[in-house]
Amino acid sequence: MRRIVVVGNGMVGARFADEVRRRGGARLTVVGAEAHPAYNRVLLSTVLAGGIDPAGIALPTVDPEVDLRSGIAAVSLRPATRTLTLADGTLLPYDDLVLATGSRAWLPPVAGVPGPGVVGFRDLDDCLAILDMARPGATLAVLGGGLLGLEAARGLAARGVDVTVVHPAGHLMERQLDAGAGAVLADVVDKLGVRVLLGVGAVSWAPGTGLTCNDGTVIDADGLVVAAGVRPETTLASDAGAQVDRGIVVDDRLRTSLEHVYAIGDCAQHDGAPSGLVQPGWEQAAVLADLLTGADPAARYRGTRAVTRLKASGVDLTAVGDVHAEDDTVELLRLTDSRRGRYAKLALRDDRVVGGIMIGFPDAAASMIQLHDTGSPAPSDRLALLLGRALPGEATPTSDPGRLPAAAVVCRCNTVTKGALVAAWRSGATDLAALRGATRAATGCGSCAGTVEGICAWLAATDAPADPGPPQLQERVGSTTQDHDYTEGAA
Amino acid sequence: MARMPADTHCPYCALQCGMTVGADGEVTPREFPTNRGGLCQKGWTAGSLLAHPDRLLSPVVDGRVSSWDAALSYVGGRLRELQALHGPDSVAVLGGGGLTNEKAYLLGRFARVALRTSQIDYNGRFCMSSAAAAGNRAFGLDRGLPFPVTDLDDADVVVLAGANVAETMPPLMGHLGSARLVVVDPRLTPTAERAVGSGGLHLQPVPGTDLVLALGLLHAAVVSGAVDTDYLSSRTTGFDDAWRLAAQWWPERAERVCGVAAADMRTVVSWLAGSSRRYVLTARGAEQHAHGVDTVTAWINLALALGLPGTPGSGFGTITGQGNGQGGREHGQKADQLPGYRRIDDPAARAHVAGVWGVDPASIPGPGRSAVELIDAIGTPGGPRALLVFGSNLRVSAPDSARVASKLDALDLLVVADFLPGETARRADVVLPVAQWAEEEGTVTNLEGRVLRRRRALPPPPGVPTDLDVITDLAAELGYGGFPTTPRAVFDELRAASAGGPADYSGITYERLDAGESLHWPCPSTDHPGTPRLFLDHFAHPDGRARLVAVDHVPAAELPDDPYPLRATTGRVLVHYQSGAQTRRVDELVSISPENFVEVHPDTAARAGLADGGWAHVESRRGRVRARVRCVATLRPDTVFLPFHFGDDQAANLITNPALDPVSRMPEFKVAAVRLEPVSGNGRCSDHYRSRPAEAASAEGAA
Repeated sequence: MRRIVVVGNGMVGARFADEVRRRGGARLTVVGAEAHPAYNRVLLSTVLAGGIDPAGIALPTVDPEVDLRSGIAAVSLRPATRTLTLADGTLLPYDDLVLATGSRAWLPPVAGVPGPGVVGFRDLDDCLAILDMARPGATLAVLGGGLLGLEAARGLAARGVDVTVVHPAGHLMERQLDAGAGAVLADVVDKLGVRVLLGVGAVSWAPGTGLTCNDGTVIDADGLVVAAGVRPETTLASDAGAQVDRGIVVDDRLRTSLEHVYAIGDCAQHDGAPSGLVQPGWEQAAVLADLLTGADPAARYRGTRAVTRLKASGVDLTAVGDVHAEDDTVELLRLTDSRRGRYAKLALRDDRVVGGIMIGFPDAAASMIQLHDTGSPAPSDRLALLLGRALPGEATPTSDPGRLPAAAVVCRCNTVTKGALVAAWRSGATDLAALRGATRAATGCGSCAGTVEGICAWLAATDAPADPGPPQLQERVGSTTQDHDYTEGAA
Repeated sequence: MARMPADTHCPYCALQCGMTVGADGEVTPREFPTNRGGLCQKGWTAGSLLAHPDRLLSPVVDGRVSSWDAALSYVGGRLRELQALHGPDSVAVLGGGGLTNEKAYLLGRFARVALRTSQIDYNGRFCMSSAAAAGNRAFGLDRGLPFPVTDLDDADVVVLAGANVAETMPPLMGHLGSARLVVVDPRLTPTAERAVGSGGLHLQPVPGTDLVLALGLLHAAVVSGAVDTDYLSSRTTGFDDAWRLAAQWWPERAERVCGVAAADMRTVVSWLAGSSRRYVLTARGAEQHAHGVDTVTAWINLALALGLPGTPGSGFGTITGQGNGQGGREHGQKADQLPGYRRIDDPAARAHVAGVWGVDPASIPGPGRSAVELIDAIGTPGGPRALLVFGSNLRVSAPDSARVASKLDALDLLVVADFLPGETARRADVVLPVAQWAEEEGTVTNLEGRVLRRRRALPPPPGVPTDLDVITDLAAELGYGGFPTTPRAVFDELRAASAGGPADYSGITYERLDAGESLHWPCPSTDHPGTPRLFLDHFAHPDGRARLVAVDHVPAAELPDDPYPLRATTGRVLVHYQSGAQTRRVDELVSISPENFVEVHPDTAARAGLADGGWAHVESRRGRVRARVRCVATLRPDTVFLPFHFGDDQAANLITNPALDPVSRMPEFKVAAVRLEPVSGNGRCSDHYRSRPAEAASAEGAA
């Protein structure tokens, strides 16, 4: 049986192991440097915000058939002999080697970093260290106003921590947002208790003093959380001679430049895969499992459409695709509602959503994601597309019986229209009981009884003139129903 | 002789509304807890079929009217012949969820004892099988609602997952008037409109992704601290494993797959967490999938995590569809089952039932094929050569119906017992006319597990027996003369056969029911008050605990692609029931809904070159349906909807996917990849269906 060795027991490595287990046909060894069992890194910010205990983010238990080596780093890879050496000296032979080494926190050049009082925000140990500092009333600075930094800051603010985000760019989340959205987002997080300093670089960190910025500001903080971005973890691959650019370069079959060595997830660099998200890694894991187990030799990874969702309570933010697309071929829709912390932007090309940002429009965001993912044509009602349920609806169905159209079905259970009720009333059925008897209105679930009584009252008040002939049963159900009108009026 | 009007129940859905039927078949609603004196339009007009000109009045053999003696002796002879040549399993039986408890029970006994075939199943396979399997797995017992419907009256929040009760059982809405409703449905149904009007929410998932939504809700519940940890530790097992999978479906990830906003998931969880009287109910929308059991399980897991099942004032339930969909799945017309909801592969169950039947336990056949597999096996070596159908209109109700039709046509012998010439009966070799609901005695078990008396208001037409008579006579024809002949005698035998089983009816008698007692099973002795509310102290597993089962999302069996870019889903309209065999013969109902239609988003229609009101073909890899286009702006643009009540070239099941759930063998009625094509020579509305309802309509039973 084919022997596959996976380096990395994070979200992507563990996922790959599970994908292989489902397909069968290979023997697996998984090597993980962290001592913790595999856990869900995406949920670290939820742990920080207090939603889940650290124990709650464990990934499904690895199949007992898998040879799991956790807490041991892989130190060298020899493609020529197809062996992997571990930190404890173990030599693991492989038929195929899968690198799922992920990424590591990038520490910007700031004096005092790394150092006492400084924590990155990348793994579970980081998270536990931050929690240790996050006593209510504590003051923390967060370096980096990207996705992770904001999620951390929001979670800390909810724990009663005084938080300041320091971000060198001109607006928050500049990779995923345009300036307008960034401004709205800054307002929103400010209202949630997160202070934001934009266009400011950190110069030095010193415990007891705090964070000194390049504009002279000093943030008096007890601790510093660094969330300034990540870098692919490529050391093992580059030492072995693999082609590495930003990450380990892979093709559509997830092959590196080394024979029988593959890379997936954050450590890999594929043209179609946005970095820093888990979805591409999971999709790559499935493709590679198809290939290495032989389940589908034609499987290829063609890229993943980028969807960014900020997981921060009180902020509903989504960005998809190319949010900066604004050239002549683009149809641009945009709404800025700064006061209510809402922003909606959609870029369409040939009727398809190519990029978009939604802040505070959750259901429009859900539709946008689907349109972007499936590449389906966007609905022609662009306003509804942009605003979702926030769209000022058409006047709600009138409760004024006088204005209700005659064809409106009042009693759905028995398909009784207002017209039928009026006809019955004029024939002498002038109260609810009589109308029930004459038309069967309100004899199903009974929920229209109030409306029927309203029609009675309206007819009594307006003293409607006697007019059409007596209501016959057939007439009640026949010519005045919506469906019937629909059928007759169609085509 | 003057007859008293009979207090009975509606022939249609599982709500079993109370009604009084007069000697001429006129229907008057009657106060009863489920319908509170109300009826929908189907119930009001149910009596019009009693004297319908299309009624089957004489047996027909190979197209010729026959005497009963000749017909029964022909059928008996053919069955003996086929079994002698090809073995007992060459004869198969298909029952229905509309049959009374007595008929369902006797049909099972007939198959196992008189035919000695393992090949019996029923149309509830298309209806309740996923909910039943999930309920058994989680609670150790499957009773659709483990509490009376009236408990819903005081609910604060009710989540309806894939249920359109405002159309499928309208009087039930009367019990949901004070609750905030959350309706999960790809369409803005009348039920969903009520949800929005109640201050609740309509969640509109992509068809086939309901499970993801339930996982996202569970995730949100855990993260927001809404989980009842005391309940989980004292009353359940399995949370940790279920959570490990749900942990991977944070709402934003679930949103990307199911299309429901993460914010809405959190809102629903906050409503559920913030009230003390809350219910989660599923129906066919969640269940009719190739992973329907897991989907129901995901909703059950959510309910268990919140501490709902078995807690007074809250609960989980599934809304049974067919009139006797509950009782029909308990008493042995299911392939793997013996009366009392016993398993046919359980030696103790076999011994008990064999004792009641007076046969050697070893003579009772083992589990047979499920409905779809049974039909599929026709024409294959070892497959059925004869099929007896009671209370089901397979040609309309089974998935991939063109294939079903060719399978049925390949049988050596098709025998259909029905009261109207439905699509299946019209193609049968032998048609056996039977009585209708108001012409017979018996019991049914409604959606809340309450056993009800069906009473005779008028005699059947001369020469028309009940299904029970037919089964008994056929048994005698096959040399088994000992079958009970009256409904009461059959019920007494059913009581004995169910005694000690999960669905124990032994304490329920006609006398107690006729005296007005409200009896929900289990009712193990005649002095037992029945069990309106289950699970208050313990669940039905040996350890008394409910089980959370770890489930994960599996995509629909057939996903949209370039040639078939849309998802089709199927369902019902208010004025029709099941395959429409009955309701398509009621003029009042036909005048409202005369023909099939397909709901399409206006943009999708325009792109396909379709105009509102024109005819379209909806095509899948399996076939195509003709339907009139209805543009509906609130529909998802990637989804089309068709009701399944129509026959011939308007049968929605021509396009549905027979992919089966691995546990329940439920077909995937709710998702198929389709495309839309205009019908050339688009005509105006269907005069054909208006003026010749008898031609257009078809037989009943269908799931």
